[in-house]
Amino acid sequence: MKRVSRMLSRNPGGLIGFVILLIAVAVAVFGPLLFPASPWRMVQRPFLPPFTLAGLPLGTDALGRDVLAGIVYGARVSLLVGLVSTLAALAVGIPVGALAGYFGGRIGDALMRFTEFFQTVPSFALAIVLVAVLQPSIVSIVIAIAIVSWPPVARLVRGEVLSLRSREYVQAAIVTGQTSTWIIWREILPNALSPVIVLASLMVATAILLESSLSFLGLGDPNLMSWGYMVGAGRTVIRQAWWITVFPGIAILVSVLALNLIGEGLNDALNPRLNKDGR
Amino acid sequence: MLAFIAQRLGKAVIVLLAIVVLNFFLIRMAPGDPALVMAGEAGASDKIFVTQLREKFGLDQPVPVQLYKYVAGILTFDLGFSFRQQMPVSKLILERLPATLLLTGTAFAISLVFGVLFGTLAARRAGTWTDTAITVLALIFYATPLFWVALMAILLFSVAMDWLPSFGYETVGANYTGFAHVLDVGAHLILPATTIGLFFMATYTRMTRASMLEVKRLDFVKTARAKGLRDAVIQRRHVLRNALLPVVTLAGLQAGTLVGGAVLTETVFAWPGIGRLMYEALLQRDYNLLLGVFVVCSAMVLVFNLITDLIYRTVDPRIEFAA
Amino acid sequence: MSADVSVTITDLKLALPAGGDRPYAVDGVSLDLIAGKILCVVGESGSGKSMCAHALMGLLPDNVIAEGGEISFDGQNLLTLDETSWRGLRGRHIAMVFQEPMTALNPLMRIGDQIAEMFEAHRLLTPKERKQQALSLLREVGLPDPAASMRAYPHQLSGGQRQRAMIAMALALEPAVLVADEPTTALDVTTQAQILKLIRELQRRRNMAVMFITHDFGVVADIADSVVVLQHGKVVEQGPAEDVLSRPQHPYTRALLAAVPTMQPPQRATLLNRRKAVEVIGLDKTYVSGGGWFQPERCVQAANKVSFNVLQGETLGLVGESGSGKSSVARLVMRLIEPDQGTVRLGDIDFTAIEGKALRQERRRIQMIFQDPFASLNPRRKVGNIITDGPIAHGVAPMIARQRATDLLGLVGLNASAMERYPHEFSGGQRQRIGIARALALEPEVLVADEAVSALDVSVQAQVLNLLEDLKARLGLSMLFITHDLRVAAQICDRIAVMQRGALVELKPTAALFSTPEHPYTRELLAAVPGRISSSKAA
Repeated sequence: MKRVSRMLSRNPGGLIGFVILLIAVAVAVFGPLLFPASPWRMVQRPFLPPFTLAGLPLGTDALGRDVLAGIVYGARVSLLVGLVSTLAALAVGIPVGALAGYFGGRIGDALMRFTEFFQTVPSFALAIVLVAVLQPSIVSIVIAIAIVSWPPVARLVRGEVLSLRSREYVQAAIVTGQTSTWIIWREILPNALSPVIVLASLMVATAILLESSLSFLGLGDPNLMSWGYMVGAGRTVIRQAWWITVFPGIAILVSVLALNLIGEGLNDALNPRLNKDGR
Repeated sequence: MLAFIAQRLGKAVIVLLAIVVLNFFLIRMAPGDPALVMAGEAGASDKIFVTQLREKFGLDQPVPVQLYKYVAGILTFDLGFSFRQQMPVSKLILERLPATLLLTGTAFAISLVFGVLFGTLAARRAGTWTDTAITVLALIFYATPLFWVALMAILLFSVAMDWLPSFGYETVGANYTGFAHVLDVGAHLILPATTIGLFFMATYTRMTRASMLEVKRLDFVKTARAKGLRDAVIQRRHVLRNALLPVVTLAGLQAGTLVGGAVLTETVFAWPGIGRLMYEALLQRDYNLLLGVFVVCSAMVLVFNLITDLIYRTVDPRIEFAA
Repeated sequence: MSADVSVTITDLKLALPAGGDRPYAVDGVSLDLIAGKILCVVGESGSGKSMCAHALMGLLPDNVIAEGGEISFDGQNLLTLDETSWRGLRGRHIAMVFQEPMTALNPLMRIGDQIAEMFEAHRLLTPKERKQQALSLLREVGLPDPAASMRAYPHQLSGGQRQRAMIAMALALEPAVLVADEPTTALDVTTQAQILKLIRELQRRRNMAVMFITHDFGVVADIADSVVVLQHGKVVEQGPAEDVLSRPQHPYTRALLAAVPTMQPPQRATLLNRRKAVEVIGLDKTYVSGGGWFQPERCVQAANKVSFNVLQGETLGLVGESGSGKSSVARLVMRLIEPDQGTVRLGDIDFTAIEGKALRQERRRIQMIFQDPFASLNPRRKVGNIITDGPIAHGVAPMIARQRATDLLGLVGLNASAMERYPHEFSGGQRQRIGIARALALEPEVLVADEAVSALDVSVQAQVLNLLEDLKARLGLSMLFITHDLRVAAQICDRIAVMQRGALVELKPTAALFSTPEHPYTRELLAAVPGRISSSKAA
């Protein structure tokens, strides 16, 4: 872990991303302390422009709600959804990929056909359909995002495991009499995980984009204030009140950018050293 | 090669059938009576319509029979009936499909051409300010949500500067014909196509840049230099040609995301395509229409994948036309 | 023939970027390339020999700078040339052939086009004439079907054919100087012999000066007129080939030559009345690839009724070129892959008949040493764990396993402190020793060495081979030694089995195999080994 953070610091993009993410997490965690009232409450007159009133730096929306409070509470939703759906996708994708890669043959083929099917279907359209059918709620959103996100994980893990399976130190483990389970756990997975970690950070970014797009279309959880919802709500009044759509959008942009930067930083840090095996 | 195409089409049909079956089960996953779900929010109030649906899809009968009836319907291009819009779903989709094809086709072309251009430029000037600027911009556009870019584009070009129209396919009530019509549609096309294009441009720029930098290090580039070839020739004939292969693969993989982008963009710009149709179906809780559009979107993606796969195999002689 | 000096390199100094293992890649190298003569530049990996070749073409990597010295060609100092002048020179007057023919050719261009490009680069001839020239060049380098090869893509040709095409490309503009950077290292021994012969012929016919980079003294013996020996970027010895090879002056040269396995097999005791440690009966293995609906299957027979025995205490060599199936047989014996047919017996039990837990337990009796020192050790595990994992899996108490591991490290010549370190902290030769320690940790009866020294420098090779011989004698092991290099097999094998395309064609005691080979393929292999003193060398 220490090595990773040292390497991250050598990569300026990664560092910036990391700092931004820390701020976002802090906002999500401590936000309710600073903004105890519900973001749905009307606090001032509607369409208050930003930078006009001291306590409302980002103005209010069509129903007089505090835009800044909305962004703070939206951070919680986005980060939560991003994290949980990614973890769920990993929980499905890693075992599927590992089993398909290690055992190959008919099991592997069947698993990969299954994976390919989900990858062929247009992911955003499928997410829309799933959330619509299951009725919009934070649970259905997380499930939908997880379902469209796991195939790339499975493919990546399968590819890594496949190439590692014929690596000589894995063959040495077979030859010295280790069991399959031990080999997968101790020899293969630790070496297969670096690209998965990189992918995971990019997946959280994509999950945030997906969640905000779904909320924009009106498929968000009706009880939770989220960034996508705010942009969608402000769409019709964009000519009069540009700030309602601009600020939440910037929040999304910044979070996704931070995660992408972290992903790239991790990629530079983790992959060259270990893949070359010290050469 | 024909055998290859036939085989791929066969596989695509199987996948499509699987999607149709998936649709079938999705309808039943929605809460409530499937007949009411299929009738949609509007149709549910019309008792006669609901009874007709129940009969047609055999909703009182065992599931396998229902599945058979549903799939049989799809195979005859009967995607159901939209009560709200009072038209068969297939007709609705067919009406709107050309607009989406125009939009996504244009967006794809823009993104590919400019993406490769900028990526090549960044690779040629790797390490300089040009490279940094292009890379940072690509990073930013890659991270920006599509619907927000669309709105910002409207804000900037339509509201603030009033250069371009922000709504619809053509100027309502103007009734242009011929070349004037083309220009009018073109003017309406610019913003939405560029909006989608920007995101994918970012992807292709990054991919092209990375690919070119990697190919530059390969041995055959050294051989080309050892022949005494000019740098421009080496870049074009040796580096670029090889570097574009992974870009073609990437383009194929992006098909699904392209369609998804169309949904968001058409919604914001009120572009009359099937993406917008999907949004309308959402608003109206018209599940039948929603799923019908979903099947068509999937079919589009499959066709697109087939085309890019064919192109890739034609361009790379190492890959044979095999299973 | 007058000594016509084409290129003179004087005191060349190539500086490496700061932070490398030494300040100069090439430090004060001086040599002459003479028209009609072949100069071999010999050295181990990291000696700077490849850098010399690249300097002669102006193809040095961006971060390597020519700090001093002079390369004189045709009255100019090449180190002072600008890029435009270099472009006029490359290919036209000085041409280069690279090591890996697969990666050195553009995979998306036809061979004919790539050769025609040579002319195009210097704006010579019309397109039609270029094609004709390319065709005649391909004929000159001995490609079997020149017209077909013109239209072929690189992946459709074999390694040897690709190298011939590269040579055709290099010769297209009739350069005065040819630089060959290890052009035969990646090729099979028989193909290597053909390419060396080709280069010799062409060079004499066109009176070219050739700089031939290699690490193989056998090759030097075959083709060199003069030799330059490099160590760490410095010239340690140079002179006419005969002088350097038969009367080496510098200790490094002597050590290198001593480390080269000769073709004289040492006297070995005959093995009579030994029991069979490994018995292989009728192994069959065919790899099938492809085979969709519309594509014919491709069958490669890796093992075709292969049968042999390894006697107790013996080293049996399994020799063959790439595609001979020797590695597959090794893996079949280890049960890393399953045979289609056939049996492998280890002493008294049928190794091929057992499964599951029984198989895992019996595995300890036969252990393997792998080829690639960089891929055979898990980069994320400490050396101590790598060695003790096996015994612990078989029920040995961790404390005892660790003690034994420390002993083994000492046995293979490594310090006990290695237990706590990671593989990347060791050199190639040291990692092979760790691999040997790992194999010995399970106290096996049989060792299978799969090209165990092929990836090592010649001097390190000799050390590891000696270590293996020593351990074998001390611990009473039997060994199956897989290699493509007959010279190495000659050194440590009691008997040698020759494989060709999956079939075992000859099996004899080493000395007998070398003096009286029976099978035509064995004779071909023996003839192709570089460095056999042949009377036709002076021709």
